[in-house]
Amino acid sequence: MADPAAVQTQAFNLWYGTFQALYDVDITVAAGRITSLIGPSGCGKSTLLRSINRITERLGYVRTTGSIEVYGHPIIGPAVSLVQVRKQIGMVFQRPNPLPLSIRENVLFGWKLHNEGPKATRAQEDEIVEQALRTVLLWDETKDRLAHTATGLSLEQQQKLCIARLLPVKPRLLLMDEPCSALDPKGTEAVEELIWTLRGAYTILLVTHNMAQARRASDDCAFMLMGRLVEHRSTNELFVAPEDPRTGDYIEGRYG
Amino acid sequence: MFEARPINRQNQTIERIWRGVFLAMTLVLVIPVLVILGVLVVRGGPMISWAFLTTEPTNGMTEGGVLPALLGTIALVLVALIASVPVGVAAAVYLSEYAADNWLTRTINLAIINLAGVPSIVHALFGLGAFVLFFQFGTSILAASLTLAVMALPVVIVSTRESLQAVPMAFREACWNMGATRWQTIRTVVLPNSISGILTGVILEVSRTAGETAPIMFTGAAFFLPFLPQSVYDQTMALSLHLFVISTQVPGVPDGLPYGVALVLVGIVLLMNSVSIAFRTWLRGRKKW
Repeated sequence: MADPAAVQTQAFNLWYGTFQALYDVDITVAAGRITSLIGPSGCGKSTLLRSINRITERLGYVRTTGSIEVYGHPIIGPAVSLVQVRKQIGMVFQRPNPLPLSIRENVLFGWKLHNEGPKATRAQEDEIVEQALRTVLLWDETKDRLAHTATGLSLEQQQKLCIARLLPVKPRLLLMDEPCSALDPKGTEAVEELIWTLRGAYTILLVTHNMAQARRASDDCAFMLMGRLVEHRSTNELFVAPEDPRTGDYIEGRYG
Repeated sequence: MFEARPINRQNQTIERIWRGVFLAMTLVLVIPVLVILGVLVVRGGPMISWAFLTTEPTNGMTEGGVLPALLGTIALVLVALIASVPVGVAAAVYLSEYAADNWLTRTINLAIINLAGVPSIVHALFGLGAFVLFFQFGTSILAASLTLAVMALPVVIVSTRESLQAVPMAFREACWNMGATRWQTIRTVVLPNSISGILTGVILEVSRTAGETAPIMFTGAAFFLPFLPQSVYDQTMALSLHLFVISTQVPGVPDGLPYGVALVLVGIVLLMNSVSIAFRTWLRGRKKW
């Protein structure tokens, strides 16, 4: 196997108590590309995304069967450290959730949690902060107020910061759960642009409600309905010539 | 066209009546506080002097100052604080941040609420049995303070837990999703953002502890001691018990003396409350959300 897929699930089922939210999901997400997950509310796309960094487990009454592998390594099992899963698979949420710390400390937060070597010098930390903020196109706006609290930033800036703080620990996979839906059109455009610049260096799996966004901002697109994966192809093909009639009905807006 | 109709005038009258009722109830609440403070200041005020605060009672407690009782109260409160705050805060952290919501934690929570409702004289008997007799601390500052600590615990736990739960869940989730452990999350995000509330609860509890009489009566507070305690294994005088004693047990106490003692006690409590409010205001100013 030359280049293992970034994410591969096999016969993945998930129950919230007695309610089955995912049915036999088999999906293979290509490395280095942006894949969007679309589908009507309650179709299981967010559940699938959250399963990939095992947030769903926190609810306690969640049960799963089947397997999920990330870059060829299982993420569920006795030998797996949840902390390592969370470190190497970054998650971005619908509502920007910067910590009530300074901008600088937000960027360094994850890095400090996982740093195994000696404590970094101030200069090394500055380097990490600058690099992360430059990557998310936030450096110029924030370089003069790194000590200010992150909650004072605009929503767009907060969301970029939430992406920036994932980067210093060098994740390979970023999961984004409707990352633009709390933002205004200008912020949405800016964050989409950012996601596009991260393409290649990171594999990105993006849940979105906005079909135009899926079309604009992803290489591949997967359509889900009622807990099942219906169709998964390149975004262009899926939108131009859907194979499954249910996909066609959805993207033409016959239900939502 | 826009004149008031009879129904409007009627509603207006009802409105005035209810407003009056609520105002009256508020005054019922406030007036006794003002009267108590007023009487204390008018009758006890003349007693207060530097000598009153720094000398011992003399002549069968009918003259002299309150120094041993004042220091005793401070000592009792400090030791009670050292014993109850670490335990109470740690228990609250466990209940709020670690414990799952199951029958066991629900039972513990219920027990804590019930413990807060146990009358102080029952705590006194518990303290006598547990600390004075079973652990053989004797009647001492240690036994009395531990009794006060047990009494303060449920309140410390409840107020700490409320402060912890006021920290938005989103902050915790943000930490967990970056691979932070529970403790890393608590240390870096939860505690720094709830510390003002926790301290407020603690300081208010201190002021309540300072005024308690029953729990220390059997466990460590003395009727009269002609010397200052040397260690936590000694008995001590305390302002609250001293006030009780000179008001009811000792003949020939001049009229103003109990008021003077009461004023010192209330003064300490008010001082602590003011400090707590000032501290909280200062910490809130630094809050980051």
